[in-house]
Amino acid sequence: MLEAVSLGCVRGERRLFSNTGFSVAKGQLLRITGANGSGKTSLLRILCGLLTPSDGKVLWNTRPIGEQREDYHRALTYVGHLNGLKDDMTPHENLAVASTLAGCPAGRSARRDALAGFGLAHCADLPVRHLSQGQRRRVALARLALQNPSGIWILDEPFTALDAEAVANLSRIIAAHAAAGGIVIFTTHMEVTIAAANIVLVNLGQQADRA
Amino acid sequence: MIRAFVCVARRDLALALRRKSDVANTLVFFVIVTSLFPLGVGPERSLLHAMAPGILWVAALLASMLSLARIFEPDFADGTLEQLALGVEPLSVLVIGKIGAHWLLTGLPLTLISPILALQFDLQPLAILALCGGLLAGTAALSLIGAVGAALTLGLRGGGVLAALLVLPLYIPVLIFGAGAVGAVESGLGAQPHLLLLGAFFLTSLASAPWATATAIRIALD
Repeated sequence: MLEAVSLGCVRGERRLFSNTGFSVAKGQLLRITGANGSGKTSLLRILCGLLTPSDGKVLWNTRPIGEQREDYHRALTYVGHLNGLKDDMTPHENLAVASTLAGCPAGRSARRDALAGFGLAHCADLPVRHLSQGQRRRVALARLALQNPSGIWILDEPFTALDAEAVANLSRIIAAHAAAGGIVIFTTHMEVTIAAANIVLVNLGQQADRA
Repeated sequence: MIRAFVCVARRDLALALRRKSDVANTLVFFVIVTSLFPLGVGPERSLLHAMAPGILWVAALLASMLSLARIFEPDFADGTLEQLALGVEPLSVLVIGKIGAHWLLTGLPLTLISPILALQFDLQPLAILALCGGLLAGTAALSLIGAVGAALTLGLRGGGVLAALLVLPLYIPVLIFGAGAVGAVESGLGAQPHLLLLGAFFLTSLASAPWATATAIRIALD
């Protein structure tokens, strides 16, 4: 269970949000909404442990994430604004590095399946430099298929640059992950329908107004 | 832990080999700078001979510094640095892997090419040996210290110049003992004390720099 306890965030001189709290249990989806600049990305980075909140804390299984970095990172997969891909390497190589860093090295066949799942079978051995934005996004998202099946996925605008078919595919994957007992936290501006029982909504704009 | 360390080092080496010009640039810079001195100072043999250790070391130091921006900046820009920070292994271990790759791509080639440049200044064989030994440990220390500067200036405008200003004063001990080792052999004394001090300097930076670099990276990502 992932809990955010009265989180606040100040960037520069501006208070983005304050007193934001929620908890996500296994099998739940959390969708963070809010206008541009309301602090969605900052909130996701705080949940990852990349950003230090100006107040409040994030608990994973009732302990602060800073005290159990290794365990938490083993459970966590973060796909941010930046794809985190090396332009000079192929999708295969990028996935090999990413899976090793995440603590669960994937073999070639597992990587091939992950890439095929995102419709990248034909360009798995081209340098990422030659791929389109949407294809790069898919390579970044293919990491999801390689990691901890009951882990936490934190996805920042995962649907951007994807075509309609890929959006539907990703929605299915997200729903399946939640159904298998995982946690998915994501932001999106697109209206996507995810067939999952348990979606929690957090609206940062309203939180800020209330504060 | 070893696995992640090797993975990061191999990745950086593979990426560098796909952009060979970056590696070659550092070496060419080193060769050109050392070759400029005879042109500027004049071809007087005794003068060049006396200046040789200093010239070679200052050039190696600048060449190593020139490539600092390549350690973390590209990773910071494409988001792989935050993925490293979210890795399961401690960031400082991964940082050692990256610094090791940087040294293999700059420090080691500089050390290997230095005997040829030393011949140009008429250094004795023993002095050349002291130069190489010094560069071997010295450039490793330079990469480690430089990484702290590179990490501290991540994401800043004009970060390259600022990193140079931060790091150059810290390079001074390496320069003094490195050039001193060659000078000591030339004047008939042994180079051992100087080389041991350089080794100690390398070990000290190996113990502290990765931790400082990892902390600086976390601050840059914050």
